[in-house]
Amino acid sequence: MNKKYYGKVIFELSRPGRQGYSLPANGCEDALAGLPSDLLRTKSPELPEVDELTVVRHYNNMSTNNFGVDTGFYPLGSCTMKYNPKINEEMASLPAFTALHPFQPSATVQGALEAYYTLQQMLSEIGGMAEFTLNPYAGAHGELTGLMVIRAYHESRGDMKRTKVIVPDSAHGTNPASAAVAGLKVVEVKSLPDGTVDVEALRPLLDETVAAVMMTNPNTVGIFEHNIPEIAEMVHACGALLYYDGANLNPLLGVARPGDMGFDVMHINLHKTFSTPHGGGGPGSGPVGVRAGLEQFLPNPRVVKHTGDNGDPLFHLDFGTEKGPHALGRISAWLGNFAVELRALAYILSLGRDGLKLAGTLATLNANYIKESLRDLYELPIDRVCKHEFVFDGLTDKSTGVTTLNVAKRLLDHGFHAPTIYFPLLFHESLMIEPTETESKETLDEFIAVMRDIAREAAETPDVVKNAPLETPIRKPDDTAAALNPVVTFADL
Amino acid sequence: MSKTYYSPSHEYVTVDGNIGYIGISDYAQQALGNVVYVDMPEDGDDLVAGEDFGAVESVKAASDLFAPVSGAVVEINEQLIDNPRLINEDAMSNWIVKVELTDPSELDKLMDEEAYRAHCEAEKH
Repeated sequence: MNKKYYGKVIFELSRPGRQGYSLPANGCEDALAGLPSDLLRTKSPELPEVDELTVVRHYNNMSTNNFGVDTGFYPLGSCTMKYNPKINEEMASLPAFTALHPFQPSATVQGALEAYYTLQQMLSEIGGMAEFTLNPYAGAHGELTGLMVIRAYHESRGDMKRTKVIVPDSAHGTNPASAAVAGLKVVEVKSLPDGTVDVEALRPLLDETVAAVMMTNPNTVGIFEHNIPEIAEMVHACGALLYYDGANLNPLLGVARPGDMGFDVMHINLHKTFSTPHGGGGPGSGPVGVRAGLEQFLPNPRVVKHTGDNGDPLFHLDFGTEKGPHALGRISAWLGNFAVELRALAYILSLGRDGLKLAGTLATLNANYIKESLRDLYELPIDRVCKHEFVFDGLTDKSTGVTTLNVAKRLLDHGFHAPTIYFPLLFHESLMIEPTETESKETLDEFIAVMRDIAREAAETPDVVKNAPLETPIRKPDDTAAALNPVVTFADL
Repeated sequence: MSKTYYSPSHEYVTVDGNIGYIGISDYAQQALGNVVYVDMPEDGDDLVAGEDFGAVESVKAASDLFAPVSGAVVEINEQLIDNPRLINEDAMSNWIVKVELTDPSELDKLMDEEAYRAHCEAEKH
């Protein structure tokens, strides 16, 4: 490790007048003269002036500073950092897709519309829903869209007093945030010590003012909510709808369906479960599905399938004429992040039905393998078979003063991305590990060996762990100063 | 003569006459880590016991603040706007809001120093 760090900004490399190409003289001066003077810029844009070789070296060197799933193990709990197969990229890069324009007539984009429709149908089958919209741009956008659908449903029945959304205390922060943006009031419901929702705490909260209950299953500690049929019945009995946060859909692929559990509305994170790029490599995609009876509330435009005169399928974009007055308008410019949808479609088609089933099952096996291999050294607050991820509450031996943060930083010295730390908030020293199905047993064993070695170091030489990372190019960034006084432009540096 | 009471969600209120100084406990600031932002109500806002009135953001998490007692805000601690880390330096003297209590009998439902210490111990395990 300890490779030399490339830390330059391209503006540092700029020299006045330097450029990669010599361009012919601008012959458009006359045309500029016709433009209103208040639309003409008076100052040149502040762009770096560099030659081509400098640009190539700069970005190549910068790219070596990246850490991603393509360079190492990334067990970031709650994020499903699975490998994104390169065939997804190839399919999404086909000129037949990349050269399209949203204003093209439907007749000229039948293939693209069919791809959208096919993915919509596949997600409906996987989720046990009647119809999906792929238009939301990300998971939280999906939550907001789903809650807007729920609100439209209540309002269509003249039921205007449902202003509350109930979320478990273990929920992702996006749940209460989405509810607030949708204009609904958030009410928290407590978890039991095993991390599942407390049915008896939920019961008294359910009344005629509740619009929806949002749940994640398996929940944020990786435990399957066994009481879900009972909860669904209670929620429906009070007239509210049950929302499925698809953040943790991965382990259920092909095994269990939210629609069959009684969920009415759900979203899926394509960038988690369906292997599309993630984090800085996004953009994301958060399709929203609804059970039968709620299709009319989905946003526009939607892709509709008809039969043409010659009997062939014919696809077109519907802007609300076919589903009646209750449909949401646009929640995104067109059909969402279309190139991301293509990647997800490529993933589903290349794995097939049996492959998808195996993905969820192996993700569960991998998580349990790590959990059982480390539980003697790390505190396991919830001792159950987990699904795709699980949470340790720090090291078992707390006497050394070594914290979860220290353990996470020490992992960086070994070339692993750190797990999610200090989330969920149910425990003080949360260390949340999600290996995903795409890792080999050899990688899992390496990770387990390093985690065991860190526990040994914590006991024998705690200062080594407390001072970690020791070998990364940048050791301890001041996260407090970064939050208080963020410097985000080079000019302010 | 002032006396301090604690809520199960780790807010304290130090009461002097009918004035209460509300903040987060030392245990809470330790659990949160470095505080980077305090979302405070405004002068004149009414706090309702048990309901949230702001939030404390740290490098680890954002946590809602729940009012231990009801009351009208008569002052906010403006020092925390520029220097939220004061809460880490001394949580007990760097209160967040000063309120005029509406119902002093609510104090009976809160914990004293000793009961709160036991509450924190229990929460550790």
